[in-house]
Amino acid sequence: MKAAERPDCVVIGAGPAGLGAALAAREAGLRHVMLVERDFELGGILPQCIHDGFGSIVFDQVLTGPQYAQRFIDRVEKSGIDIRLNTMVLEMRPDRRITAVNPGDGVFELEPAAIVLAMGCRERTRHQVMIPGYRPAGVICAGAAQRDINIDGVMPGRRVVILGSGDIGLIMARRFTLEGAEVEGVYEIMPHAGGLTRNVVQCLHDYDIPLHLSHTVTFIHGRKRVKAVTVAAVDENLKPIKDSERRVPCDSLVLSVGLIPENELSKQAGVELDAVTAGPVVDETMHTSVDGIFACGNVVGVFDLVDWVTRTAETAGRAAAEYVLEEMRKEPPIRVNPGRNVKFVIPQLVRRPERGVDFFFRVEHAEKAVRTRVLAGNEEVYSRKAKFVRPPEMVHAEVGAQAARPREVTIAVETGGKKDISSDEE
Amino acid sequence: MKSKHEFTCINCPLSCSLVLSEEDGEVLEVSGADCKVGEKYAVEEFKDPRRTLSTTVKVKGGALPLLPVVSASPIPKRLVRDAVRALAEVVLEAPVADGQVIYEDIMGTGVNVVASRTLGCEHDG
Repeated sequence: MKAAERPDCVVIGAGPAGLGAALAAREAGLRHVMLVERDFELGGILPQCIHDGFGSIVFDQVLTGPQYAQRFIDRVEKSGIDIRLNTMVLEMRPDRRITAVNPGDGVFELEPAAIVLAMGCRERTRHQVMIPGYRPAGVICAGAAQRDINIDGVMPGRRVVILGSGDIGLIMARRFTLEGAEVEGVYEIMPHAGGLTRNVVQCLHDYDIPLHLSHTVTFIHGRKRVKAVTVAAVDENLKPIKDSERRVPCDSLVLSVGLIPENELSKQAGVELDAVTAGPVVDETMHTSVDGIFACGNVVGVFDLVDWVTRTAETAGRAAAEYVLEEMRKEPPIRVNPGRNVKFVIPQLVRRPERGVDFFFRVEHAEKAVRTRVLAGNEEVYSRKAKFVRPPEMVHAEVGAQAARPREVTIAVETGGKKDISSDEE
Repeated sequence: MKSKHEFTCINCPLSCSLVLSEEDGEVLEVSGADCKVGEKYAVEEFKDPRRTLSTTVKVKGGALPLLPVVSASPIPKRLVRDAVRALAEVVLEAPVADGQVIYEDIMGTGVNVVASRTLGCEHDG
């Protein structure tokens, strides 16, 4: 085997996170940035997300997924970044040594000065939500169906039931319909839709596709191919109500039941993971617990908007460059605690509050007329009203530079207090 | 004749339930909106609902068999299905440039449908 190459920075994954991080690292002055991607082209999941709704924050424009990706791909291809397509990382060790393979180079070793993890997330499958029944062909994740239809030009089904009302499920309900399939309905176990209202209206209402809230699939029928599913209403404890069961003939069951950050490599390298986000614990520079390894985008936690993925990628890329070029100053970390009605916060740690921090968090439950507060120790450093918060929509809190160095930071969503909520919401 | 139409506002997470009252196409009132944006949205949805059209068209000799396309601006909602059907008949030759016009004046709307990515040829690497 050849001697290990020693790039300044290796970015693993060339979706929106990897593209943004590689560009930022390069623009911050690194000479040799290597972008490693297992697919045959750049862009990650975006090329198959042909609908619009991307870019309203980064570009102040509404773009389709391929358009959003193309803007970064065009820049990456002109930037002198070392792009390795069809390349799979096999192993990553705590000393940052990487083993990868592709058809041209065979198996090769890398010893980069810094790494940015940008592997994104993968779909939760039937087995992770434990649907009883047979195991026929025709049970497919929504993103996989999206790839079949939009990239490969293959219809995975003609009469479809969708379980889960996440955004991908809603988008695919419309897509299947436009491509001539019949979508019998979307079934959601929770009493509210999982995706954005915009998608409920434009993907379901526009096409008269029913959304059955507080319903789930209790059995999959068919030995070789899906023949039908049994659906049932659920009670307040999410338990199926036996006498509400109904058999729905279909040839496919499409699942949109959540995403999981893809952290197999992170685990190999000993990166500390957060039990709630299922991604690496990071500080405000997106640095993980392993020296010189950064992470960004959906591998850190599942974001609702690609724009936020790009934002974290730029932070990680710049920080990786700073780490390589000037040996980043590492102060002891300050813990960020999720307070009232906050499920998790990214980043989990802050080292240099004097430089300001972008926080992203999700709430536990929907609430009206709230105030997001960030407390540094006992001092309030951020406060903003919002009319409404919902778990599917991430909240962004941009906290400015702080002179003081608190022992801990707490982010909380509070209700009550002043009635006037019209003045300063985001 | 007076009648009422219901809409769900999509402009913010509040998702207001809007009721628009009209008489012979003349908007009388929008209720349920928490803000002006919601009122405007209900009137648009009643008078001229529009959607951005996105679908794929076939490509010969491309790195992929399909090209994603998008309407350059939103088109009337009622024309979306027929527009997708019309685009299903299109077959292009690779390569295709991002933004290239694929279909002019779709369904007589005056709106062009354009490529939403660059697509190289099969053996471009």
